[in-house]
Amino acid sequence: MREVAIIGIGQTPVGEHWTTSLRHLAFEAARNALRDANVDKVDAIYVGNMLSGEITGQEHLGALVADFLGLSGVEALKIEAACASGSAAVRVGTMAVASGMADIVLAMGVEKMTDTSGRETTAALAMAADAEYEVSQGVSFVALNALLMRRYMYEYGWQHRDFANFAVNAHTNGMNNPNAMFRFPVTPEAYERSPIISSPVGLLDASPVCDGAAAVILAPAEYARTLSPAPVLIKGSAIATAPLAIHDRPDPLVLEAAVLSAQRAYKMAGITPADVDFFELHDAFAIMAALSLEAAGFAERGKGVQMALDGEITREGRLPISTMGGLKARGHPVGATGVYQIVEAALQLRGLAGENQLARARLGMTQNIGGSGATIITHILESLA
Amino acid sequence: MEAKVAHDWRLRGQRYRLEGEVCEHCGAKIFPPRDICPHCHQPARKPQTFSGKGEVYTFSTVQSPPQGFERYVPYTVALVKLEEGPVVTAQLTDVAPQDVKIGMPVEMVTRRLYTQNDESTITYGYKFRPVLR
Repeated sequence: MREVAIIGIGQTPVGEHWTTSLRHLAFEAARNALRDANVDKVDAIYVGNMLSGEITGQEHLGALVADFLGLSGVEALKIEAACASGSAAVRVGTMAVASGMADIVLAMGVEKMTDTSGRETTAALAMAADAEYEVSQGVSFVALNALLMRRYMYEYGWQHRDFANFAVNAHTNGMNNPNAMFRFPVTPEAYERSPIISSPVGLLDASPVCDGAAAVILAPAEYARTLSPAPVLIKGSAIATAPLAIHDRPDPLVLEAAVLSAQRAYKMAGITPADVDFFELHDAFAIMAALSLEAAGFAERGKGVQMALDGEITREGRLPISTMGGLKARGHPVGATGVYQIVEAALQLRGLAGENQLARARLGMTQNIGGSGATIITHILESLA
Repeated sequence: MEAKVAHDWRLRGQRYRLEGEVCEHCGAKIFPPRDICPHCHQPARKPQTFSGKGEVYTFSTVQSPPQGFERYVPYTVALVKLEEGPVVTAQLTDVAPQDVKIGMPVEMVTRRLYTQNDESTITYGYKFRPVLR
């Protein structure tokens, strides 16, 4: 198996792109990544996306993106794993290069969520859950997270306000990210006062519906230094699954797929959680950030919230998270999110994170969650510069 | 939500009677039915009808619903732990949201799940209400 490196990154701003279509968002991110890598051809394209069929009425994104990049003829596929589709595409691209079946791969994610009404998009997102036994009961995606948050608060004795620093930290970091959707601060008081969407989850617990695309160019690590001045090694890469429905999980408050994928990624990278300098986690909801910190081994069970309360998650803290705004402030264009996380981690590792540059950024980790935790993908990245 | 006739008919045993399975190898009670026991991974095809008694494990009151559920807002969804063991995702009914508590005893009732408009097919299924004394 060959080691794989990222030799180029690209993204579009995240937001409500009323004037830009799905295909043009994909084109812009892919072109930016190709330019950054200084390549004009690839052996394969993997496009992570969840909702194009439901919202845009467009499937078959592999061929579409290849065509609009002027690369028709190339191998190209859409990869779907709900909100984890983006890092699933990077994982598939990594396997293609590692195996020797491809040398240069474009792995990307794109999502266009704002062409339908809020209710329609809410219904589309619910397709990540169990259609017959969750969605038929009127459960929205927010409600699934609310069920977990209430039980977490009940079992461990936390109050809703104790989660505030997840949103505060994300917005603080999003302010300095030119590609973030929300570039304004949030106070703990605003968090507490935010309107309830699905009790106990409030508006400032939740990441926004938005559009965006992000892309990386992958190549064999042995050639990476000759292809790029600042390559990033994919040191660990792992996907794990858990039962689709929350009610089928032995312990709903443990993200078993996060535990498994983190352990596999640590093993592949030959590291422990203590070696990780920063963590781009899946803060689609504050409760998911807490559960992810616990499952990945950074906090004990029920103590993920304590890390936020103690300020350990800030850029100056023990384990900075959401360093460019996270899903909460950068935004959560679902099928693109996992690639945004990897692009942002690469910016930190290259020393190009601007005002948000961490003092120590040698080893970064990303974790992308599909559904309410049924597919979880962990990547560990290391600077090769 | 739009009723799909064949789809709803296939689910009639689960939705009207809480029909699941019991594993003949390890005795685990399984709902919804899935034919492979999630505990011992052996085939599990023996039908089991659940009592419909359970308690609230967690709950949330939905203010911002998916398309198709607008007319029911606000409504409360819950994870209900059945007395036989499995957990079911279901709406609570006949109870005000502020009166719901974790641990509250509930029982299954058959209610309207959704309908698209006043002229379309109505999809029925289980919901849970506080146990009547």
